[in-house]
Amino acid sequence: MTDLDTFRTETRAWLAANCPPEMREPVRSEKDATWGGRNPDFQPGQKEWMDAMASRGWTVPDWPKAYGGGGLSPAETKILREELAAIKARNPLNSFGISMLGPALLKYGTEEQKLEHLPKIARGEIRWCQGYSEPNAGSDLASLATSAEDKGDYYLVNGQKVWTSYADKADWIFCLVRTDKTNKQGGISFVLFDMASEGVSTKPILLISGYSPFCETFFDNVKVPKANRIHDENKGWDVAKYLLGHEREMISGMGLASTGRNPLIDGAIATVGLDHDGKLADPLLRASIALFEVRAKAFGMMSERFIDELKAGRAHPAQPSMMKYYGTELNKSRYELMMAAGGSDSLEWESERSSGGGAARAWLRTKANSIEGGTSEIQLNIIAKRILDLPSA
Amino acid sequence: MPLYLNDEQTMLRDTTRDFVAEHAPVSHMRALRDAKDVTGFSRDLWKSFAEMGFTGILIGEDQGGLGLGHVEAGVVLEEIGRNLSPSPFLSTAVAAVEALKGSAQAERWFPGIIAGETVAALAIDEAAKHRGTVAMKAERSGNGFKLSGRKQFVTHGHIADLIIVAARTAGSADDEQGITLFAVDKSAANLTSEAERLADSSLAARLTFDGVEVDADAVIGEVDAGSDPLNRLLRAGRTGASAELLGVGGGAMDLTVNYLKERKQFGATIGSFQALQHRAAHLYSEMEVARAAVLKAAQLLDEGDEKADAAVSVAKAMTALATTLSVQEGVQMHGGIGMTDEYDIGFYMKRARVLAEMFGDANFHADRLALAAGY
Ligand SMILES: Cc1cc2nc3c(=O)[nH]c(=O)nc-3n(C[C@H](O)[C@H](O)[C@H](O)COP(=O)(O)OP(=O)(O)OC[C@H]3O[C@@H](n4cnc5c(N)ncnc54)[C@H](O)[C@@H]3O)c2cc1C
Repeated sequence: MTDLDTFRTETRAWLAANCPPEMREPVRSEKDATWGGRNPDFQPGQKEWMDAMASRGWTVPDWPKAYGGGGLSPAETKILREELAAIKARNPLNSFGISMLGPALLKYGTEEQKLEHLPKIARGEIRWCQGYSEPNAGSDLASLATSAEDKGDYYLVNGQKVWTSYADKADWIFCLVRTDKTNKQGGISFVLFDMASEGVSTKPILLISGYSPFCETFFDNVKVPKANRIHDENKGWDVAKYLLGHEREMISGMGLASTGRNPLIDGAIATVGLDHDGKLADPLLRASIALFEVRAKAFGMMSERFIDELKAGRAHPAQPSMMKYYGTELNKSRYELMMAAGGSDSLEWESERSSGGGAARAWLRTKANSIEGGTSEIQLNIIAKRILDLPSA
Repeated sequence: MPLYLNDEQTMLRDTTRDFVAEHAPVSHMRALRDAKDVTGFSRDLWKSFAEMGFTGILIGEDQGGLGLGHVEAGVVLEEIGRNLSPSPFLSTAVAAVEALKGSAQAERWFPGIIAGETVAALAIDEAAKHRGTVAMKAERSGNGFKLSGRKQFVTHGHIADLIIVAARTAGSADDEQGITLFAVDKSAANLTSEAERLADSSLAARLTFDGVEVDADAVIGEVDAGSDPLNRLLRAGRTGASAELLGVGGGAMDLTVNYLKERKQFGATIGSFQALQHRAAHLYSEMEVARAAVLKAAQLLDEGDEKADAAVSVAKAMTALATTLSVQEGVQMHGGIGMTDEYDIGFYMKRARVLAEMFGDANFHADRLALAAGY
């Protein structure tokens, strides 16, 4: 047996013993996601699963052990991912810290900053939110105006952010602020601060799905120690872009069904039934699903390729844009098909039978996939310019 | 195994890329077409494929081949596709070799294939759409069999030395069991071929077997158990056709993107127009996804993984979808020039259509996946 075979056997056994049965059920609503933080809201099994995985550094398997990670090699990380998928395990911890801030800190943070923040992210102790967008800075993010005035050993931050996901639930924020008004990209700094700081307030915004996961966020004379700045002053745009690459990667993954059979298929069989040949009784729905499945399976292979190339340092730096674009458009079509397959049952909004309109709300939520983290149009711009090298207007 | 080409495979790709671009660029295909060449490819080129070792790519080293796998065969096919090079490589060195592997017939045919002298054709389809149906009959006669029936879409069928034929020794047309695979010599009596030039200027034959007598040793594998070698042939052929399609789609995309950077209208290069940038970027994304699917199918085949069959269908369907988009966008974004025979982009459109149909189109493979998934 090779070392990797041994690793697989041991991992399988450990997961079998440590993944609670509740954590092997599909995610049905927003509540099923584990976020951790200072004020956690755990359902049965969630805390046990998060803590067990964190104890091995497996919430962030490929981070160094010194920062709370598992120190696994790319091959071992891949095996862990496969073994988790094989038992249909839920994500032990959903976290902007893991998918966005962490990679940026690993690249740009000082040793002190890494030791301070990364282990807490890995253990799910601090929940982070992202303060990028502003009312007048969406796709044109670098036009942001929130100001940070130099006061010696701290910045005085004033301004407004918008679309800040979970700002009302988060403990800390990673935030883009303007430290130089005369230079667009070159006048931005990247800072971290506690959402409990004086002068921070949030106001939730209701979405078409009926949920209000995101907020308007206001900063009124918030004092941010300079030690909380990542990378140099006015160099925050580099950090912001690097982080966006990871955010896009994470969002692209939402287009992937976990392994095994697509629930879309069983949903369709349950509503329209099979004909005497064992084919879905609605031939046009069947054809749409079958062609969708071709793309979905091929995209699964693309994701595998992308991760392998990324780990080997072979991926084009703009490839996350392609993954984000394709994955999110695919996910939207998956949910359109789910609604078509579910028929009138999927339309119920409040009934207990429908888990409070889970299907309809999930469908509506996916419409944001091609907006959040940079819209599809912005991703296409990036592919055209940076990968295909097409000329600027 | 990581999902990208390893160092040796990358080296093979680079060598092949240079070799095919030099010896069989699109102008080579154009010249054959203009000369109304009746063979459909260049025998000299087939010889030089042999000198490069390509013809024996899937044949074991113990039998004189290179002993490589489907990933490597795909690397060669992608370059064939990119250059639209007419070649019997797919039918002979990939599909036929896979069918013959491990059978008594291998010893007879492999040396000629390796030497670049033997060309094989696949008599699989009996209707205008590829289906699993085999109606053609093989009846016992003397110490051999007598074949009767018709096959179509047999690439190189009119000049092939070896014709691999699926015929029925038991059961009825739609049964998977009861098929026997035969290696038929082109000189067999009562075998007639009618070559037709297709839209892409390649030649495919309609074959009529009017009581063609073959010896018992013409059977590849076991009587009634032909679905084994046939499935090997189909998996290899489908994976190979996907790789060739990837080359066709990629070649068309490169032509198009280059054109976008050159052509000026309204005082600007048309590639600076966002409407075109977005379509080009979308096309790029589809092609990348198709590329991953092709490599995955080839790797799983090489590993002998049971998931290979589904991955092969994904690859064939996905490359057909992506490449169809690539050639359609290609012609459109070239404007009027894209419709001219003088310009190459139209050739890509024609070749893509033929390859998309070969061994089952996107709908066929999506249907196959759906049935396997139970719906
Ligand atoms: C569910 C959700 C969660 C989010 N979470 C966060 C968060 O936690 N933190 C945060 O900071 N932000 C967050 N965002 C904000 C998100 O990043 C922005 O909404 C997004 O970048 C688009 O900006 P905008 O909404 O201002 O739209 P606009 O920029 O006003 O875009 C409007 C339309 O114009 C198009 N457009 C704009 N510029 C161009 C161009 N150059 N070429 C072609 N088309 C263009 C866009 O594609 C879009 O279709 C979230 C958004 C959503 C929907």
